Amino acid sequence: MSDLTSLSLLQTIDALKENKFSESELNEAYLKRIQSLNPKLNAFLEVVNQTKGIPSGIKDIICTQGIKTTAGSKILSNFIPPYDATVIKKLKSQNVNIIGKLNNDEFAMGSSGENSAYGPTKNPWNLTKVPGGSSSGSAAAVAADLCVFSLGTDTGGSIRQPASLTGVVGLKPSYGRVSRYGSIAMASSLDQIGPFTKTVADARLVLEWISGPDGYDSNVVEIASPLRGLAMTSLRGGRLRRPTRQSLKGIKIGVPKEYFGEGLDKNVEKVVRNAIDQMVKLGVEVVEISLPHTQYAVEVYYTMMFSEVSSNLARFDGIRFGNSRDHFGDETKRRIMLGTFALSSGYYEAYFTKAAKVRTLIKQDFEKAFQKCDVIVGPVSPTVAWNLGEKISDPLMMYLSDVYTIPASLAGIPGLSVPCGFVDGLPVGLQILGKYMDEETILNVGEVYEKSTDWYKEKPKL
Amino acid sequence: MKYEPVMGLEIHVELNTKTKMFCRCSADYFGKEPNTHTCPVCLGLPGALPYINEQAIENCIKIGLALNCSVNKVSYFERKNYFYPDLPKGYQISQLVLPIAINGWIEVENEKGEVKIVRINRAHQEEDTGKLMHSGNETLIDYNRSDVPLVEIVTEPDFTDTAQIKDYAKKLQQIFRYLGVSNADMEHGDMRLEANISVRPVGQKELPNYRVELKNINSFRFMAQAVEYEIKRQTESLEKGEKLVQETRGWDEDKRQTYVQRTKEEAHDYRYFPEPDLPEMRLQNLELKAKQETPELPHEKMKRFVQQYQISKANASILTENKNLANFFEDAVTIGKDKDVTESQVANYIVNQKVDFQKTTPLALIEVILSKKLGIIEDEETLTKLAKETIEESPQFVLAYKAGKTTILQAFIGNVMRKTGGKADTSKLRQILEKLLSE
Amino acid sequence: MKLSETQVKHVAKLANLPLTEEETKEYSDQLSKILDYIDQLNKVDTTGVASTYNVSEVVSVMAEDVPKDCLTQEGALQNASLKKNGFFATKGVFENE
Repeated sequence: MSDLTSLSLLQTIDALKENKFSESELNEAYLKRIQSLNPKLNAFLEVVNQTKGIPSGIKDIICTQGIKTTAGSKILSNFIPPYDATVIKKLKSQNVNIIGKLNNDEFAMGSSGENSAYGPTKNPWNLTKVPGGSSSGSAAAVAADLCVFSLGTDTGGSIRQPASLTGVVGLKPSYGRVSRYGSIAMASSLDQIGPFTKTVADARLVLEWISGPDGYDSNVVEIASPLRGLAMTSLRGGRLRRPTRQSLKGIKIGVPKEYFGEGLDKNVEKVVRNAIDQMVKLGVEVVEISLPHTQYAVEVYYTMMFSEVSSNLARFDGIRFGNSRDHFGDETKRRIMLGTFALSSGYYEAYFTKAAKVRTLIKQDFEKAFQKCDVIVGPVSPTVAWNLGEKISDPLMMYLSDVYTIPASLAGIPGLSVPCGFVDGLPVGLQILGKYMDEETILNVGEVYEKSTDWYKEKPKL
Repeated sequence: MKYEPVMGLEIHVELNTKTKMFCRCSADYFGKEPNTHTCPVCLGLPGALPYINEQAIENCIKIGLALNCSVNKVSYFERKNYFYPDLPKGYQISQLVLPIAINGWIEVENEKGEVKIVRINRAHQEEDTGKLMHSGNETLIDYNRSDVPLVEIVTEPDFTDTAQIKDYAKKLQQIFRYLGVSNADMEHGDMRLEANISVRPVGQKELPNYRVELKNINSFRFMAQAVEYEIKRQTESLEKGEKLVQETRGWDEDKRQTYVQRTKEEAHDYRYFPEPDLPEMRLQNLELKAKQETPELPHEKMKRFVQQYQISKANASILTENKNLANFFEDAVTIGKDKDVTESQVANYIVNQKVDFQKTTPLALIEVILSKKLGIIEDEETLTKLAKETIEESPQFVLAYKAGKTTILQAFIGNVMRKTGGKADTSKLRQILEKLLSE
Repeated sequence: MKLSETQVKHVAKLANLPLTEEETKEYSDQLSKILDYIDQLNKVDTTGVASTYNVSEVVSVMAEDVPKDCLTQEGALQNASLKKNGFFATKGVFENE
């Protein structure tokens, strides 16, 4: 069955229940596809030959017991975690297995995949282009049907942006919904683990699987777990259910003027505005909103993130695991240096504390905006995928490409990227942001929009 | 120019909780095989996260309350960043801006009965490090102790002599044991002392512009020696006109001198920032619980014993030194009530006979006292006769006593005890002797 | 904000990152540029604004004092490059903390 690998998660679950094929046939099909396509994509760093369960790919920054976990770095070239991250335990309890570890920018630091110490991942839609980052392999693998779904992490856009650039669904949960235990920390107050999937309904299911407190991550909210509207993706009955909502009537979407200004590629803007028009046809009311501190989000993010990173990477001293600190890549070293500086005596107030205060203002921007709307909609990335090698020599330029995804990370609110069109054959994602802990609404809105178009059916020719 | 010492003390006490501070590994690590009490959290493996031990926080609050501190309503942890092989994460989770308890005080009494009030700046929570062992040109590391809960107690620079430091440390050790939060055993490393010493001209009100930290000293005795040495060294330096600088020093037991470990230039920039992995703590409920579960403290018990049982302060002090001994005493008193044994008799017997309460029971003790009581000389007439006798026999003792050497009373008592085969009631005898000698 | 080579060396020491002479010079330029950009935050008026260090709204998250299983000695040591008799090993450290 050659189209085994093109099935979504829900379709796969249903088909297995109906004995259309066996688990080992399913895994065999994916392994074959990985064997044939991974050499040109470099999505997987490690492949596990296995025959049971539903095959998922895991970003190599998440600890998997007994399976090498490198975080995309030479410093962990031989690291084999003695424990599973909580999300892995949760997936395993749902009959999901791990078919391999996916490439990423070293320690999740990057927006293109080019900071991986193991070579960049290529964009399945055009092998000369980047797939985005830092969850480069996670996005590419799902886009190329190398696994049923994958997990990535999003600190400043690292799920949403590569999802947008590779035409798949990517979800960054609210901060505190999913346990970070076992995910190698980049920025503790920003990191979240989330799914890359072929459909929005799949994302909802994976989110339900991986959410909730575990007694290890102190920041996970107790009451976060139950997602309402789950009847929608319930596995009862074994048939794909219709969305509970088919129209978006009554939903107010906020369109931030700051996300449509200078810097946004004109063609990308056109595609995104078309998507918004489509939503209007589905019944939404458009409200223009302003997020006035958007222009400072990148500075705030990088200051706080660098600082937390410099501390989180201090444990890599080569004693209990890993190689010595000179094995860090350039971007990693740069960030450690900047973070150490921002926290150092004499500069802490001016940099770290100042950034923390502006972060409050950014969070308040969203709170004010959400008084007028239910979700906020806009582009994920200012451009479509760019050429490999194009931006890598200028770190600052790379940082600026995260301008639309960073603010939501700072505020801790959830964000979804849903395919909404193409520019020159390269995918464009629509970003849907929701109130803190309101994944429910953004998933509903995303799903209704998704099902009203055919974008999600498009696959790259490989 | 005369100089006076200005000194503060930092005590680190290891809590005896069942689990570690931020993970649920067993904290009972002493004497165990290396690296057998570890997990991703206390090993600082990639992806690990801390999770607060509630009992440890409660114990820290108990310590703060026992030291008359205010417990902050809101408190949070911070990262103290520095590199050292015994610190697996490359930072220690500790507290800075909003510690658990602040602004306390404690009364410390010396042998002469002089009371000194020592102000407590803070009591905060942090985690312990692993243990290093030097072996040739290698360093071996055991992380069993990593992440065990520590409470750090810092005083203001209120100490003016070495004896006070020792008395304070001993008092705190007693309090920790009474609270049941730690064995506070210096040999085991459950309790560690660090002194901050500087010297200033007598009469100067401002604090000196430097301090010397004395670290890694693991006994009361060595601490006292090191402090004495430092005061002398610093005073001599200043007298020579030399300038003293901020330093960290250790104590060389063999050479019997302090030596420099780290200068100010090499001092760490810890880059403290709030720990993002741990939400802030609201402490009101835990404070209430801690108050309810705090037992009677040593000085409170001592006061009560003197009042309630009409025993001497000296005896009360000995009986309350150890909480279990105090309980034993009170149990014995209760049993003794029905058998006509007085509190004083119980107290005196335990103190004078140096009873090992762990080797007997309160009931057995009362029975021994009863058997010894048969034949105890208690009546005033006989005792007065014996007292007068011994006074006449030892005029030199009388002279000594009148000259102020009150302890010579023991010699009189000793004589009477010898004559009576140990049957005199010593407290009654003492009172009679004092009365006679004052005439 | 300009970062001199001396400052870069100092920060590298704090960060325990060995840098070559070449890297020191490179970082002095690159980091200065990024810091210049971050300095734009000074334009924002933050008087009276509280800091946000984390957005999670939970407080007082604590666990009961009940031991859980820990790693075996083997599991703890499995990724160490140097080990000896159950201990982790590293080249000699002589300064006492």
